[in-house]
Amino acid sequence: MIYFVLRRSIFAVVLLLIVSAFTFVIFSALPSDPAALTCGKNCRPEVIESNRERLGYDRPLIEQYGSYMKGIFTGRTYGEEGSSIHCPAPSLGYSYDRHECVTSLIASTLPVTASIALGAFVLWMGIGVGLGTLAALKRGKWQDRVATAFSVIGVSLPTFFLGLIFIMVFVIWTGILPFPRYVGLTENPFDWFMALLLPWFVLAIISAATYVRMTRNGILEVMNEEFVRLGIAKGLSRRRLIVTYVLRAALVPIVTIAGLDFAFLLGGALVTESIFNLPGLGKLTLAAVVNSDLPILVATTMVAAVFIVVANTVVDILYGYLDPRVRAK
Amino acid sequence: MSEAVASGAAVSEGLSPFRLGLARVRGNRGAVIAFWVVMFYVFVAAFAPVLVRILNIDPYALDREAINDFGLPAGPMGGISWDHPFGVEPGTGRDILGRLMYGARISLLVGAIGTFLTTVVGVTLGIVAGLRRGFVDALISRLGDVTLAFPSLLLIIALANPMTQRLESWGVPAGNTARITYIMTVLTLFGWVYMARLVRGQVLSLREREFVEAARSFGAGTGHLVFKQLLPNLWPQIIVFVSLSLPGYVALEATLSFLGVGLLAPAASWGIMLGDSVRYYRAAPTYLFIPGVTLMVLVLAFNLLGDGLRDAFDPRSDRQQL
Repeated sequence: MIYFVLRRSIFAVVLLLIVSAFTFVIFSALPSDPAALTCGKNCRPEVIESNRERLGYDRPLIEQYGSYMKGIFTGRTYGEEGSSIHCPAPSLGYSYDRHECVTSLIASTLPVTASIALGAFVLWMGIGVGLGTLAALKRGKWQDRVATAFSVIGVSLPTFFLGLIFIMVFVIWTGILPFPRYVGLTENPFDWFMALLLPWFVLAIISAATYVRMTRNGILEVMNEEFVRLGIAKGLSRRRLIVTYVLRAALVPIVTIAGLDFAFLLGGALVTESIFNLPGLGKLTLAAVVNSDLPILVATTMVAAVFIVVANTVVDILYGYLDPRVRAK
Repeated sequence: MSEAVASGAAVSEGLSPFRLGLARVRGNRGAVIAFWVVMFYVFVAAFAPVLVRILNIDPYALDREAINDFGLPAGPMGGISWDHPFGVEPGTGRDILGRLMYGARISLLVGAIGTFLTTVVGVTLGIVAGLRRGFVDALISRLGDVTLAFPSLLLIIALANPMTQRLESWGVPAGNTARITYIMTVLTLFGWVYMARLVRGQVLSLREREFVEAARSFGAGTGHLVFKQLLPNLWPQIIVFVSLSLPGYVALEATLSFLGVGLLAPAASWGIMLGDSVRYYRAAPTYLFIPGVTLMVLVLAFNLLGDGLRDAFDPRSDRQQL
C-alpha cells in the first residue's frame, strides 16, 4: 500500500510538472506581447523594454519557467533595488494590469469559489444520491419516473440558461431573493448564505442530474450481487440491508467521481460566477481574458490543474485502499 | 453515416448486435420522438435560407418599425406579430425566428464537426494504442492523462481571443471562420481522450478473441484487422458515445458564445442571443426564453436519443432490463 501511494504521488508530481511546463509554453507562444500589455496604449518603447527586463520576459523561455517555479517556493522580486516589487512565496507572478501579486489576487477570490463549490457539492450530493436511491428502490413506479425526468432535463439544461431563469423568476418577477451580492462568510453569514443560495441551486440541479442516474444504476447493479442475495437469505431487514450493504457498495465509485467534479468546480465556476456576478476564480479568469492579463491566466490554469491532479491522486489512492485489485495494476 | 454503419454491421449476418440494437431503439417511444425532433432541427437548419424566404422574415435586416423609441420591441410579448412570429431583438429589431433558424445551422455544424473530429482522432488513437500496445500504448495513455489534467473549459476560454488572432495570422479567414476553427481544434484536442480510452479497452479485449486470432493466422494485414474485424464490433459503442457527446458540444458552443469568447455578432448563434438578452431582462423576457427553450429542446432531444441508443446497444444495460 505504501508503495502504491508513493508511486501515485510521484506520478502526480511529474504530471503537474508537465502540465505547468505546457501551460507556460502555450501562453508564451501567444501573439500578444506580455511586456507591451504592461502599460497603456500610448506607451513609450523604453517603458515597455524596461518592464520586459524587469519581469524577465527578455530571457529564454526555459529560464523564465525556472524562475517561475522557483518563485513558487521562494517568492520573487521583480526589478532592481529601489523600485522593486516583491511577491512573497508562493509567488505565481505579478499582474501589471492590476498592480498586484497574482497570489494575493487568487487568495482573495478562492474563498468565493470555495464557498460556491462547497455548498453546491453538499446540495448536489444530497439531491443526486437521495433521488437516485429513491428511484432505485421504487423502480418503475412514479417516483422513478420523476427522478428520471429530473435527471434528463437537468443534464440538458445549460448552466447559464438555468441561472438566467432563476434570476428572472426569483429576483425579477417575484422578488423573493435580492440579486446576489457576495459578502464574506465571516462578515455576515446570513448575507453570505442568501447571496449563494441561487448559485448553489443552479450548480446543484445541473450536477445532481448525473448523480441521480449513477446512483440509481449503481444500486440496481449492486442489488444483483451475490452478497445481497445472501443478506436476504440471512433474513436481514430491508432497511439494514440497503443502508449498510447496498448503499455502501454502490456509493464508492460515485464518491470518487464526485471528488473529481468538486475539484473541477474549485478551479472556477466560470459560468455561474459570471451570471451571478460573484468575485471568484472564474470571474478573475474572465476579467483576465478581457484584459489579456497573461500572468493571471497562467496562474489560474495552474491552480485549477493542481486541484484536478490532487483530487485525481487522492481518489486513486482511496480507490486502491478500498479495492485491492486496483493496487496490483 | 447510417450507410457506412449498415454496411459495417452486415459482416455478421442474421441478428447482428447492431440490428438487434436498432430494433430496440425503434421500440423506445421517447427515443423515436427525440429522433424526429432532431430531424426537425436538421431540416430547419438545412433549409433556413429557403424557409425565411417563405415566411418572409429576414434574420439580418434591422426593422426600425418593430422597435419603439427606447429600442425595445414595439407591442406586447417582445413584439410578437404576423411579421415577426417570435418577436424581434431589442435594440436592433432583427427577427428572432429567422435568427433562431440560422442559429440552428451554427449549433448543429459546430456540434457535428466537433463530434466528428473528436471521434476520428479518438478512435484512431484508441485502435493504435490497443493494437500496438507496449511503448505506443503507454505514450498515448500518458498523453491522455496529461490532457485530462488541464482545466479544459478554463483554458478554452483563456486562449480563445489570442489563438483566434494567431489562426488569422496563419491565413484562416478572419472573424467567425477563425473562431469556429479555433473551437473545433480545442474541442478535438481536449475531447479525444474519453473516446480513445473506450476504444482502447475494447480493442485490447477484442484482439484476444478467436475470430481475430483466426484472421491473423490466415495472414490478415493490419488494414483488414482494423476495418473488417475490429471496427464492425466497435460501431455500437462509437455510436452511443457520439450521440451522447453531440449535446455537450452544442451546449458548449452556446456557452462560449454567451461568455463572449465563441462566435461574434452579427452571427445568429443562440448563445449570443442569450448573452444579449441579459440586458433586457425586464423589458423583453421572451428574448431570453425563446432562444433558451430552443437550445434546451435540441440538447434534450439529443440526450434522449443518446439514452435510447445506449440502452439498446450497451450490453451492460441488458442485465438491468431483466
